[in-house]
Amino acid sequence: MLSDEEIDFLLNEIVESYGYDFTFYARASLKRRINRLFTLDRFTSFAEFLYRIRKEESYFKRFVEEITVNVTEMFRDPPFYKVLREEVLPKVAANPHIRIWHAGCSTGEEVYSMAILLKEAGLLHKSLIYATDLNPAVLEKLASGIFPISQMKLYSENYITSGGTEDFSSYYTAHYDNVKFDEELSKKMIWSTHNLVSDRSFNEFHIIVCRNVLIYFNKELQERVFGVLNESLAKFGFLCLGSKETLKFSGIQQSYAVVSKEKVWKKVK
Amino acid sequence: MEKSEVKSGHELLIIGGSAGSLEIIMSMLPLLASPLKIAVIVVLHRKYVADSSLSHLFSYKTDIPVKEIEDKDQVLPGVIYVAPIDYHLLIEENHTFGLDLSEKVHFSRPSIDVTFESASEIYKEKLACLLLSGANADGAHGLEEVRNNGGTVAIQDPETALVPFMPEQAMHQFHVDHVLRPEDMAAFVNSL
Repeated sequence: MLSDEEIDFLLNEIVESYGYDFTFYARASLKRRINRLFTLDRFTSFAEFLYRIRKEESYFKRFVEEITVNVTEMFRDPPFYKVLREEVLPKVAANPHIRIWHAGCSTGEEVYSMAILLKEAGLLHKSLIYATDLNPAVLEKLASGIFPISQMKLYSENYITSGGTEDFSSYYTAHYDNVKFDEELSKKMIWSTHNLVSDRSFNEFHIIVCRNVLIYFNKELQERVFGVLNESLAKFGFLCLGSKETLKFSGIQQSYAVVSKEKVWKKVK
Repeated sequence: MEKSEVKSGHELLIIGGSAGSLEIIMSMLPLLASPLKIAVIVVLHRKYVADSSLSHLFSYKTDIPVKEIEDKDQVLPGVIYVAPIDYHLLIEENHTFGLDLSEKVHFSRPSIDVTFESASEIYKEKLACLLLSGANADGAHGLEEVRNNGGTVAIQDPETALVPFMPEQAMHQFHVDHVLRPEDMAAFVNSL
């Protein structure tokens, strides 16, 4: 197990060598992830671990991929998607163009879920979904639209629980162990790397989805990110967080009204 | 069965359980002294019981406040916290909760090991942990960490467990401070 001092040292080295800043990540989880990688890759000393990260850019890529958590699923928390379908999309439907941002989108399962909802609401043709993550490797997966077939049973169940009435399998084509989702869905997606820790707002959106991203940040960084999200959301736009995340206690709280206990807020001023 | 004296001065108790443990907790709750002096966290493996239903279920059995955990909540004495389904639960240095969606441990999220280990690093000898019935190896490793950090470790007497595997794992690997029958558990918690 690495000591707190070693982890601090490592994180500072990474800022200097690569410009990625993990120092404001929630420490308990980050420490566990780093120690997990240290054990997994069979390092015997901190010096060796540090050297490899510093000198080998390809290993640093692995470090980022392993340290960030990329667990996600389509229609994760179906009641949330029901709220999107029934309460949020009808409210943004009147806009001539709809811009949506998935901040910290990981491999894109929730982005495809959103595209499906938009299609079913008849809004996909006038929507653009921006999908960003700090990790370029996950964006490649998103861009491919290819997901393991083994997950489709769960996703299909989630889809139905969220209020979906179509045949879920009509959205993809199966090919051996994988499925590929229709390009009609991905055509409306724009993906790019964006680091919530260091990058700024880049557009104004009607809906921002940032689910299970803030849990990895400490309070201070959460405040910064809330600032970026707030700056990026149009008035009367919707902010969607993960099921255990909250705007309560944040500096932007007074500008928002609760839409649903499924962690949806509306920007009211 | 071991009958050693319970050390007092704890700040946090974590109860971990899997198959066959919900009933044990339900029967222990009405016997807990209210107000509770310490914080209690319940980490349960479960598939279909939603967080809100579990906390409601607990609330019927005790006057002690029962809370579903949200990200960054403060760990406060006098409260029973329920670890949310499908997240690992960690404790930060400033005694706030952290949540994490990383890989399952022993096929479980929340993993009892993860919470035991994380809390042990922060609370050291002020932590007590109780491992209940279950069919899974989760919890034993974490319990050993708790013990190595000076905390108090207790298990359900495997003879009384619906599924003895989980407490047995701990018992076979190291010395546990207390082996408790269900009817003795409330007294144990009240004495911490």
